[in-house]
Amino acid sequence: MRELICITCPKGCHLKVDEENDYKVTGNGCPRGAIYGKKECTHPTRVVTSTVKIVGAEIERLSVKTNGDIPKEKIFDVMKELNRVVVKAPVHREDVIVSDICGTGVDLVATKDL
Amino acid sequence: MNNRYDVVVIGGGPAGLASAIAARQNGAKSVLIIERDKELGGILNQCIHNGFGLHHFKEELTGPEYAGKYIDEVDKTDIDILLDTMVIEITPDKMVYCSSSIHGYLMIQAKSIILNMGCRERTRGAIAIPGTRASGVFTAGAAQRYVNIEGYMPGKRVVILGSGDIGLIMARRMTLEGAKVLAVVEVMPYSNGLNRNIVQCLHDYDIPLYLSHTITDIVGKSRVEKVVVSKVDENRNPIEGTEMEFDCDCVLLSVGLIPENELSNALGIEMDPRTHGPIVYENMETSMEGVFASGNVVHVHDLVDFVSLESETAGMGAGRYVSNGEVSKNRFVRTINGDNISYVVPQYIRKDNVEKSVELSFRVRRPTQQVNIVVKDGDTIIAKFKKEHVIPSEMEKISIPKILLEKADKELVVSIEEDA
Repeated sequence: MRELICITCPKGCHLKVDEENDYKVTGNGCPRGAIYGKKECTHPTRVVTSTVKIVGAEIERLSVKTNGDIPKEKIFDVMKELNRVVVKAPVHREDVIVSDICGTGVDLVATKDL
Repeated sequence: MNNRYDVVVIGGGPAGLASAIAARQNGAKSVLIIERDKELGGILNQCIHNGFGLHHFKEELTGPEYAGKYIDEVDKTDIDILLDTMVIEITPDKMVYCSSSIHGYLMIQAKSIILNMGCRERTRGAIAIPGTRASGVFTAGAAQRYVNIEGYMPGKRVVILGSGDIGLIMARRMTLEGAKVLAVVEVMPYSNGLNRNIVQCLHDYDIPLYLSHTITDIVGKSRVEKVVVSKVDENRNPIEGTEMEFDCDCVLLSVGLIPENELSNALGIEMDPRTHGPIVYENMETSMEGVFASGNVVHVHDLVDFVSLESETAGMGAGRYVSNGEVSKNRFVRTINGDNISYVVPQYIRKDNVEKSVELSFRVRRPTQQVNIVVKDGDTIIAKFKKEHVIPSEMEKISIPKILLEKADKELVVSIEEDA
């Protein structure tokens, strides 16, 4: 039995995950907790939010996110990749900045209009 | 741009955006938002992490996305916007005096005003950390702006004082950008941040959290060279002999937020010493008729979703005020913070202005398990709510239906009672 705190929402439910019983989750307040609990014990993932350099805009950095979860161990690979990106304004929210970032199958998208 | 508006909104952050839209939808024919920054969205623009909007939009958004959705809504209306404009003074005759980079000095006459100035961070001065005046000491929010908007790194080896959410978020952010976060130091025996942030910002990156510890010295000639961290006793006094040293070039402070009320104070509206914000009625009207306030300028929230919600109430109040006039103050009750409660908002409720129910927001003083939130008027119990646990870092909200509210005569005392 592994104890976790759910990070899906600010509520932070205290989960218990039964590793011997197909990762059955208890203590979750909503279905997302059950999904998180199982995933965290099998292949943990995270959404990465960061910024990339932008030219031709009012400010220096464009905020971006991975448009879905990526494996936790790839976080720093993604950060390294971001350091090489330079974007030209104008950019719109949800524009793809890097597709299939680091072979994760997930796109890096803009989170802001600039 | 005119010089007369039904409603003038001071501040274009999440509170101002939501209250402006609600005012326009509820009777105000002309609405102006005045924002001092070059863009709308306020602090959300630098909160690039996700976790916003789960209540309001039912999806997980980053700060800029949450702001963006509101800005899109404002763009669809005829609400006027003044950017890069600083409000200097508001007077009781509802004149708004401001200074704009484009228009120069402006005098704008409003019928109603909504105060949405938000809050600001407490600084090193507010908590009086001993040590030299070396550079490299920042508030966490200032560092966040440097990193996420302006593209500077404030340091390479970082110690963070305070485990509020901004401190935790910055611990992860600095780590992702290549800095080494040596420690997060918290004077209380528990963190003031959300559990999820302790997990995904500290545990994910093996950043140690020192509870019941504080920074007792900052050392460095021109730049911070090291900090001394000591354990504290139950009265939060440092214990001699427990000192640890961290070699670092940067200290980030996440030691609380204070509502930004210079304009409110100069205007002369009644303030609440418990919240450091204006006293408000059920529709977020302040002690001055036609002047409303909502969001972090009234009391510091944990979730932007609740800032939006409260601001919709304020906007609706302002819209109705300009179309229907003043609300009767004939029958009102006062809310009072009882046992283990530090404040209650709103402070006054005009019973005739409550349609179905009234929401009370408050914070507890100490973490407590298995409690009843009890609302009383004298010996009469008005309402009772069971709760697994309450903690100071989480704002609590309860809703009192109008039928129950009618049972109250003078006051609503909110207290926490432990289950026997």
